[in-house]
Amino acid sequence: MPIGDVLPEICLVLAGVAALLLASFIPQPRQGWCAAIAVVGAMASLLLCLNQLGDAPTASFSGAWALDAPAIWARVMIAGGTGLVALMAPHWMAGDRRHGEYYTLLLFSAAGAMLMAGAADLLELAVAVLLSSITGYALAAYHRAWSISVEAGMKYFLIGAFANTLLMVGILLVFGMLGDTRYGPIAAALAESTASPLLDLGAGLIVLGILFKMGAVPAHAWMPDVAEGAPAPSAAFLTVIPKIGAAVALARLVALFPAGVLDLRPLIALLAVLTMTLGNLAALWQQDLRRLLGWSSVSQSGYALVAVAVTGRSPEAMPALLMFLLGYAVANLAAFAVVTHLRGRTRIADYAGLWRDRPWVAAGLILALFSLVGVPPLAGFVGKLTVFLAALDGGYGWLAVLAVANTVISLFYYLRVIGQAYFGEFDRPVNFLGWPSGAAVLVAGSLTLLMGLAAGFALDLFAAATSLLHT
Amino acid sequence: MLSLAILVPLIGAFVLALWTSASTRAARATAIGVSAVPFALLVAVWVGFDASPEAPLFQHLEEVPWIPALGVAWRMGVDGIALVVATMSALLFVAAAAWPIELGERAREYYAWILFLAGVSLGVFLTLDLLIFYVFFDLSLVGMYFLIGRWGHGDSQAAALKFFLYTLAGSLAILLAILGLVLAGDGPLTFDMRELIARQPLAGMDLRGGLVLLGFVFGFGIKTPLFPVHTWLPPAHVQAPGPASTILAGVLLKMGTFGLLRIPMAMMHETFARYALWIGIVALVSILWGALVALGQTSIKRRIAYTSVNHMGYTVLGIAAAGSLVAGHEAARALALTGAVVEMVAHGLITGSLFLMAGSFWQRTQSYEMADYGGLAGVAPKLTAAFILAAFASLGLPGLAGFVAEFQIFAGTFAVHPWLAGLALLGILVTAALFLTMVRALFFGDRKLPEGRSFPDLSRSETIVMAALLALVVAIGVYPAWLLEPIMASARILVGGAG
Repeated sequence: MPIGDVLPEICLVLAGVAALLLASFIPQPRQGWCAAIAVVGAMASLLLCLNQLGDAPTASFSGAWALDAPAIWARVMIAGGTGLVALMAPHWMAGDRRHGEYYTLLLFSAAGAMLMAGAADLLELAVAVLLSSITGYALAAYHRAWSISVEAGMKYFLIGAFANTLLMVGILLVFGMLGDTRYGPIAAALAESTASPLLDLGAGLIVLGILFKMGAVPAHAWMPDVAEGAPAPSAAFLTVIPKIGAAVALARLVALFPAGVLDLRPLIALLAVLTMTLGNLAALWQQDLRRLLGWSSVSQSGYALVAVAVTGRSPEAMPALLMFLLGYAVANLAAFAVVTHLRGRTRIADYAGLWRDRPWVAAGLILALFSLVGVPPLAGFVGKLTVFLAALDGGYGWLAVLAVANTVISLFYYLRVIGQAYFGEFDRPVNFLGWPSGAAVLVAGSLTLLMGLAAGFALDLFAAATSLLHT
Repeated sequence: MLSLAILVPLIGAFVLALWTSASTRAARATAIGVSAVPFALLVAVWVGFDASPEAPLFQHLEEVPWIPALGVAWRMGVDGIALVVATMSALLFVAAAAWPIELGERAREYYAWILFLAGVSLGVFLTLDLLIFYVFFDLSLVGMYFLIGRWGHGDSQAAALKFFLYTLAGSLAILLAILGLVLAGDGPLTFDMRELIARQPLAGMDLRGGLVLLGFVFGFGIKTPLFPVHTWLPPAHVQAPGPASTILAGVLLKMGTFGLLRIPMAMMHETFARYALWIGIVALVSILWGALVALGQTSIKRRIAYTSVNHMGYTVLGIAAAGSLVAGHEAARALALTGAVVEMVAHGLITGSLFLMAGSFWQRTQSYEMADYGGLAGVAPKLTAAFILAAFASLGLPGLAGFVAEFQIFAGTFAVHPWLAGLALLGILVTAALFLTMVRALFFGDRKLPEGRSFPDLSRSETIVMAALLALVVAIGVYPAWLLEPIMASARILVGGAG
């Protein structure tokens, strides 16, 4: 049981504990220092993940913990994204009485997302989903005195409690049918078993539980509310970080079931279409940028599901999923960093003339939104390109066509924001948070551009991540 | 050299975007100077271009890896077709930057976007990599979106939005078709155009080939634009500032026809030949529809915009004729292809000039309605002369560029599909009528501008730009050999080598 295999997670938890201890000893106005601990902890965790690449792929903890390239890269993204979110938070939370504890929740939640990516045991998956969810509810409702925030947390909790319960029922059914919860023995049992409705139901419920973390149909309803109501850094975190871990967990589950016994791919493909289309249609006429970003996050989950749907059918599927998640993560974090930096400004109309006042901040927003559309040469373009490539290669051409049609629809609402920011004329003084959120805009915005230009580099790294470990 | 032609304007755009203290004068001077660099470079490449029969199709090759995992690289190179279209585009960008226009306070950004568009548009024509082609193709939409939306007039943001939505739908169809093309066949994944032309990956695949071709024709058809997906064009043109219209008509529309002949015609010629007749019929409908609708327009700019639908229809007709057989009639098909390329150059120069002059009308009186003018020959003789010359060139008067192009297209098409060519001739009649009535309404008869409203003639810089563009129109009409030589060399290889 090599403890080194979970060092990145341990690092996050230790940093979380350190932030909590520090927060209980220093006065509230100085609790911004806890953010520094969080950023350092997240970066250390990122480096520890990178350090594991040489050992991959291995399975440890009696086969419950898969340490393969997809898991490691997902954890690298989770750690990096968490660091960015921690960078957004200090001035936003400066007025909150429990400022320091915020980072503890953030880091614990990130550890939960990391566990999802590496889980090779259904019970560990359940633990990971619960850790990520419970901290997530608190992150969403962190502004206790603010009704919209509490409402967002409440909605997240209600849907989450339901989805998590169903996840447990699903795990129970699969355990009952196959006699084990570890993926290795499950794969062995599946090789000899035949189709059964109870197994189908169990697998379906587990998928549902993971879809909740991704914010995909049918468990998507929390996403727009959280994006709109939660504190902006929490919204950035919850729309991005759990999705990375959940997408890899779902791909691992899809690859686990042999097509002869239970092929989850058609189901995932159907849900991908529904998720993309519903998210895009709902985003079309939003007047609130944060709600719009929430619905756009739903639709982006749909594109990730396209890559999941061809897992095992195309060697390009896993690198495509990772590249897409990377592009989505940096762009969405950049967009929310801009929202945070503008003190949570919400109405799209209020973004009019941003280009004239603050061209750099506006450029960050425009780059992020163009990347979400998939305009080359930004990171989101390479992500979508590889996803389309994998879909065509995996025999899901119709899915690629629908994904393309959805991209055209999505351009409309992203352009509504871009048009306001660039063409609009509006003279009202813009209020900003301090330098940390500005730095987050700068980092995430440049990454959006760089990860596209240096896509060859990223894809070379992900190219090794073609298969998922199940033993 | 080719990379420089792309990178210099892009760097220039970046510098202008950051140079916050630049005055309008300085920004304009920078834009003219920087956009002249790729033109000079391309002229130098033209001079050194080997058009002999033994010469390779693509020359001046450059290659730097970008995404090796997908077989994507920064591959540059030109054949005669790409060379002439790119050189014409580079010239139009100089003209667009030099054309005087009232911009208000954000002039610097306007010139930055013009340079950005210059870089990415040349990238479309000069690249030999399908994915880089797509990247530049898409970026040209972004640049044009901002130009129309910010510096247009009237409901320009709606027009810009419509433009972006339509053309992005087209470009994504192209992306899927590109992926369908590169994933077909054996061998490692590559986006190298030379390799794909050699491989013909879709040969023998009926359904898949048909679907991929449909994606390309739909996507490039929107850009060209062909009937019935041309409806984004008139609002975009009418609301765009004059020089932006010139770039839109002269350069961006060419990407559609250029893509059609570069990708489906060359890389899947079997499939293309099977459906070429249908593409020709769509082109015929566009020719007639564009001409008839143009005749019904009362606004100068809308009328010119619809003639673009008509003229680009001729180009597509030529391409369809050139690609309609796998073997046989090589000479006629090479002639049709050459005509199509000359039409691209001629249309760029002629319609580009017409749109610049339409922009001058707006600068002077803020109106595009033909009914508001009349009798301008007396007050603006230079404008009258230039406009009439361009109009005659556009309707295909012998001795001018349009005639050279259309004659070759019709001669080539006649050998392959006589009845298509015969019906398309009707388009020329209508075009002649619509240009003659427009010239009469604008320049002759009674003066309809309100008393005391002055209408200045072309200014000095306007005259220089117009003289340069129209001199080329005449030069191509009188002595086309210098233009035909590189095009012919490539057309022969593409048509003959296809068999």
